[in-house]
Amino acid sequence: MIGVDWNQIREIAIAVLLIVGCLMSLAAGIGLLRFPDLLSRMHAATKPQVLGLFCLLAAVALSAGQWVWVPVLALVWVFQLLTAPVSAHMVGRAAYRSKHLKEATLVADDLAQVVKGAQALEDARRSDDAPAESDVEHRG
Amino acid sequence: MMTVVVWVCGALLSLAAAAAIWRIMRGPSLLDRMLAADVLLVIVGSALLVHAAMTKDLSNIVFVLIMAIAGFLGSVTVARTVAAREQG
Repeated sequence: MIGVDWNQIREIAIAVLLIVGCLMSLAAGIGLLRFPDLLSRMHAATKPQVLGLFCLLAAVALSAGQWVWVPVLALVWVFQLLTAPVSAHMVGRAAYRSKHLKEATLVADDLAQVVKGAQALEDARRSDDAPAESDVEHRG
Repeated sequence: MMTVVVWVCGALLSLAAAAAIWRIMRGPSLLDRMLAADVLLVIVGSALLVHAAMTKDLSNIVFVLIMAIAGFLGSVTVARTVAAREQG
C-alpha cells in the first residue's frame, strides 16, 4: 500500500463518474432526437433518470468525503426510483390510448388482446342479447 | 484535470439540453413535449450535481431532492389530461 495516492484515485473516480453520468444525459438527448415514436423515446429518457443520476450522486458522495451526505443522496436516488415508473406508466398508458405509437415498431402487443376482450365484454353488457363473440367479428 | 472534466461535462449536458429543447419545440404530440421536458429537468438536476461535485458545496442538493420527489407530477398530470381528452 506504499506509494498509492488515494487522493488521486478518488479524483479519477470522480471524473469518470461525472463523465459517465453526463454521457447518459447526452444519450437521452440523442435518443429524443433520433427515435421514431413516443414509446422508444421513453426508453431513451430513462437513462439519465436512473443510471445517470446514480453516477452523478456517487461522484458527489466521493467528492464530499463525509458520510453525513450519503443518506441524503441515497434519498434522492430512492425517490427518483419510486417516481420515475409512475410517470412512465401514465405517459405510456396515455400514448397507447391516444394511438401515439407506430404499430410497425412493436415486436409484441400484449395489450391489444386485453383491450379487445374488455371492449367485447363492454359491448355485450350494453346490448343485452348480442353475444360477445359475434360482436368482435362484427367490429372487424 | 478537474477543469477539463468540468468543460467536458458542460459540453455534454449542453448538447443534451439542446436536443431536449429541440424535441420540445418540434415534438409532434403533447406527450413528446412532456417527455422532453422531463428529460430537461433531469439535465438541470445533473448540472446541479456536477456543480456540487466540483465545488464540494452541497447547498444545492435540496433542489435535486425536490426534483426527484416532485418532478413526476407534471408528466402525470399532462398524461391524465391527454387520456381524458381522448376518451371524452
